[in-house]
Amino acid sequence: MKPAPFVRHVPRSLDEALATLAQVAGEDGRILAGGQSLVPIMAFRLAKPAHLVDINEVEGLDKLTDDGKTLTIGARVRHAAFHKPVTANPLGALLAYVARHIAHYPIRMRGTFCGSLAHADPSSEWCLTAATLDAVMVAKSVNGTREIKAAEFFDGIMSTNLKEDELLAEVRLPLLPADAKFGFYEFSRRAGDFAMSASLVTYRLDGGKMIDARVGLGGAEASPRRIPEAEVELNGKTPGDTAFRAAGEAASAAIEPLEDHQTDAAYRRDLVKVVVRRALEHSLT
Amino acid sequence: MTDKQNITLTINGKDHAITVEPRRTLADAIREDCGQTGTHIGCEHGVCGACTVIVDGAPVRSCLMFAAQAEGKNIRTVEGLASGDTLHPMQQAFMDNHGLQCGFCTPGFLMLAVGVLEREPDISDEALIDVLSSNLCRCTGYQNIIKSVRAAAAEMRK
Amino acid sequence: MTAHTKGSGGDGMKWIGRSIRRLEDPALVQGRGRFTGDLPAAHWVRFVRSPNAAGKIKGVTAPGGAKVITAADLAGVKKITPMLHKFEYRPVGQPILADGEVRFVGEAVAAVVAASEEEAEDIADLVEIDIDDADPLVDSRAAIAAGARQIHAEAPGNVILKGEVKTAGFDDVWAGAAKIVKIDARSNRQNATPMEARAAHAAYDPVTGRVTLHCTTQMPHLMRTAIADCLGMPESDLRVVAPDVGGGFGQKMSLCTEYVLVTWLARHLKSSVAWTEDRRENLIASFHSRDQYITLEAAFDKDAKLLALRADVLSNVGAYSCFPTTSGVEPLMAMAEMPGPYDVQQYQCLARGALTNTCTMAAYRGVSRPVITFTLERLMDKAAKAFAIDPIDIRRKNLITTFPYKSATGLEYDEASYRETMEMAVEAIDVPAFRVQQQAARNKGEYLGIGFATFSERTGYGSPAFAARGMAITPGWETVHVTVDPSGFVEARIGSSPHGQGLRTTLAQIIAEEIGVTPGMIKVVHGDTDTAPYGWGTFASRSLVISGGATLIASRKIKAKLLKIAGHMLEAAETDIVLEDGKAKVAGTDREVTIAAMAREAYTQTHRFKGEIEPGLTESGTYDPPGTFSNACHVAIVRLDAETGHVKVERYLVAEDAGRIINPMIADGQVHGGVVQGIGNALLEEIVYDESGAILTANLADYMPPTAHEVPPIELHHMETPSTQSVTKAKGLGEGGTIGPPAAIVNAINDALTPFGVEIDTIPATPQRIRALLRNATNSALSRESGNPGGPT
Repeated sequence: MKPAPFVRHVPRSLDEALATLAQVAGEDGRILAGGQSLVPIMAFRLAKPAHLVDINEVEGLDKLTDDGKTLTIGARVRHAAFHKPVTANPLGALLAYVARHIAHYPIRMRGTFCGSLAHADPSSEWCLTAATLDAVMVAKSVNGTREIKAAEFFDGIMSTNLKEDELLAEVRLPLLPADAKFGFYEFSRRAGDFAMSASLVTYRLDGGKMIDARVGLGGAEASPRRIPEAEVELNGKTPGDTAFRAAGEAASAAIEPLEDHQTDAAYRRDLVKVVVRRALEHSLT
Repeated sequence: MTDKQNITLTINGKDHAITVEPRRTLADAIREDCGQTGTHIGCEHGVCGACTVIVDGAPVRSCLMFAAQAEGKNIRTVEGLASGDTLHPMQQAFMDNHGLQCGFCTPGFLMLAVGVLEREPDISDEALIDVLSSNLCRCTGYQNIIKSVRAAAAEMRK
Repeated sequence: MTAHTKGSGGDGMKWIGRSIRRLEDPALVQGRGRFTGDLPAAHWVRFVRSPNAAGKIKGVTAPGGAKVITAADLAGVKKITPMLHKFEYRPVGQPILADGEVRFVGEAVAAVVAASEEEAEDIADLVEIDIDDADPLVDSRAAIAAGARQIHAEAPGNVILKGEVKTAGFDDVWAGAAKIVKIDARSNRQNATPMEARAAHAAYDPVTGRVTLHCTTQMPHLMRTAIADCLGMPESDLRVVAPDVGGGFGQKMSLCTEYVLVTWLARHLKSSVAWTEDRRENLIASFHSRDQYITLEAAFDKDAKLLALRADVLSNVGAYSCFPTTSGVEPLMAMAEMPGPYDVQQYQCLARGALTNTCTMAAYRGVSRPVITFTLERLMDKAAKAFAIDPIDIRRKNLITTFPYKSATGLEYDEASYRETMEMAVEAIDVPAFRVQQQAARNKGEYLGIGFATFSERTGYGSPAFAARGMAITPGWETVHVTVDPSGFVEARIGSSPHGQGLRTTLAQIIAEEIGVTPGMIKVVHGDTDTAPYGWGTFASRSLVISGGATLIASRKIKAKLLKIAGHMLEAAETDIVLEDGKAKVAGTDREVTIAAMAREAYTQTHRFKGEIEPGLTESGTYDPPGTFSNACHVAIVRLDAETGHVKVERYLVAEDAGRIINPMIADGQVHGGVVQGIGNALLEEIVYDESGAILTANLADYMPPTAHEVPPIELHHMETPSTQSVTKAKGLGEGGTIGPPAAIVNAINDALTPFGVEIDTIPATPQRIRALLRNATNSALSRESGNPGGPT
């Protein structure tokens, strides 16, 4: 299972990378970052890009900065960078907890945060994170910079609104409120497998009631997203079994479930119910 | 150019000047162009881990990197674990604890375990099992692989 | 955990029963193994495989200038046609490349030859196969239904073989039963998934005209015989080498069309040609196993004593018949061994193999035994429920306790410990404590379950046993040549072909014990048909018993000769001499001579023997035993997540008896590996076809062998009932680990499901299947608790 032939370009600067991408995009040119998702599909020859723009040498794309409001993650930042919290803000602990669920250790040594977003696998943990936290994706091309909100970024299975000549140069995650709670739960068959459903939740407490609830769901539909029907079940309620169950049921009813030979619609809905509730339970620990 | 290019891979401290296409994976280059066949290929899609090597201190799946990407990096394979006639504690531990049967997945496990333990010598036992679940073995049922790695970890911490 | 102390081990023996380090390991841990894919070649082959499951080939179009072989180029090359002379077997032949029609997705239609693997794959992508689609038959029941399209002209109704057995008193006993219990069991398709996929490398030697074929085989000599026959070449012109092989598990026993093609090409090109199978190919087009439907009924008397069994076994054999065992390997074994470890003398069975448009079936570790054990042990649990008695008690009433025992199918069960290993397991797992835990968990809405499996494992059987099947190729015996060279170093050449089983170490231990040298002075040589005596390879838990037996026989002859030589050199009576520590010593004196000195004498001072001893020091042993049954009891404790259907194996315990154990560490390793494959079989692994005959599980993310995370520490307990049917007293145990888990784990799942009133009799017991049962559960209060909406509180 060897990939089809391609030309590998190795730009050293962002400008060079964008210019190269502009040249080759029309001939199925793609970005090579971590390669942990792209190379397998090339091995299966499901993708036969004629050009790869290898951004691993591009200066400036390895940015990982916290300016007090936003965590900015550059295109070359790898999953392993998040193993330990990268900020004292609760977002750091959230990303560290989620990161542990991504594939396996050696994959995390190479795979990149932005690469996962651009690849847009429905069960990607970072895609779920970006969608839940309303991240902003920063796409660059020779024509300039475009900021795309997460809710508009994901466009179906393995599909985003990135144009073929755009590089996802960085993603901006808003820091969480200092008192934010978070919870995450995913279900898969074996350790490290693709999640069959996953949920990321955050909220704050005001007078003992939940406010600003975010309930994100991944692996259950073509794209990850926040489920407003579930959030409605949480806001103004006391955290606990009743509200958590209601949120799970609401999410389960609200989705257009992905189906495959392992998971029919009924089972997917079962799982959604469970992962949302358990993510909320996790937020209490 | 999809044509072959000259690159140099530094494997276990030795330079190999080779000529490969851009699409040549690191795994294939190590095995065929550099003649180090200890690294094995089990799936070519990044799941089984038989091809694990250490690149610049990180255990990675060599089937998911292109050889050209590894130029200028410090690549370590199973052939470089022993120092002359003295086996690495990980190798010795696998032999002492029957951590291998057919031996095909073994180099991948050795490099995974050595790579992770060098980065995190005090890794918890639970996290160690998590790490070992990165690679597949069909012969041992993992029992003695876990035992071997635990024994080697203790030895490496000394 | 009990150590290996019970039984015969350790009674004054120096090497037998010791867990010495493996002689195989130093090379392997340094990456110095030599696997087939490690060899360079001038030409590389990539197969173009059928995208359709069935249909006539209208044409194959290749890019200009490419070297592409099709069936038209292979006139004169025979099809692979294994043969069975019984059971209404219909011989079907598999052409080396599909000829005129395709019969399964993945069937090789063309072979591209190029200078590199990449190039071959690039060209293969451009080869077009034009097929006139026919409706494929994927499920075995559909294939044998009236009116189904015929897949092979030779096999009407798509039934490739039919075995029937019925004991004389069956009808009367059945009619008199107090209770009949029934199970419809479903075992889904497995792929053995060795970490090394298949590979072949053939090199033509222009000087001798011979070809050396390195390939990933468990049976090098038979590959030589069969490939030479297919190609119509003298067998002496072919050398087959099984180098280091990365796991086989039965998948690498059978003759592959690919090996024939690569050998043919080497002769055609007069060069070296190689093929390495990729993982997708292995999942789609190597060999599959265990796709079976079994309906089993049992008749009991009012006291739950088993009186009779009636079985209907339908095995999906795929599109062709595997060589040498034929498609009979699964259904006929199921028929012969269904009664398992239970005392039951009335038996009726219908066993059929159904041809379908799917990948060919071949043996996978345990073959049918995991499936029949699953079926029978599920049935025993159902029977226990029907009689309202403990599942252990129903087994106590019915396990064989008197030996030798002749089964209803004529199998002779030798001394074993079916009851004893079960009692050992029961005590070790502490069932009463578990039941307390289980109830406490239920009160919290958590579901634990415990399940048992007791079974026999047929091992070490030679040609008489294989002959019962009527195979044209009847394997079974083994020959070993043991030679001591003039330096005193020992070499044993064997016909078995180990690939992870540690035979280089265990056979050295047997030799060491007999003639008093250390294992480090002994080299076991195997795998190369030019140097190894003709043998049958390694499979069916046979090598330690049969090659071990032959090794012991040869070693005893070496010992006898050494004693004679020592007697000469030390001028003592042979009865006063012992061999130990590399020397011959006269008991009670300090007179001794080294084995090295004796060996030198045997080659270079033979005139001193005055014709009483033949020169040289090489002896042979051949062994062909009837077979010997190992046994074990497996126990699984599972935690069922009723909301997701996920099952976690929390504890797994094995109480096993494989006779005398030569190397406990190696023996345990075999059990570990088997158990984990069994866990995969029970919970995770399934080759899934859609209705068009395409495989949906063609990568290792979709076909799911277990990782370290899915496996608990496996607790092993041992007994040693020395075999009366094996000259080393060892029994085989390579497959035992795989036989118990589906039964133990699914029994445990069903135990956990008790409050819900549903049962599962399908493997793998996937979360989706379990959730579907729970969603439809009639006990609505509990099902609501498990996540279903609505229902009364």
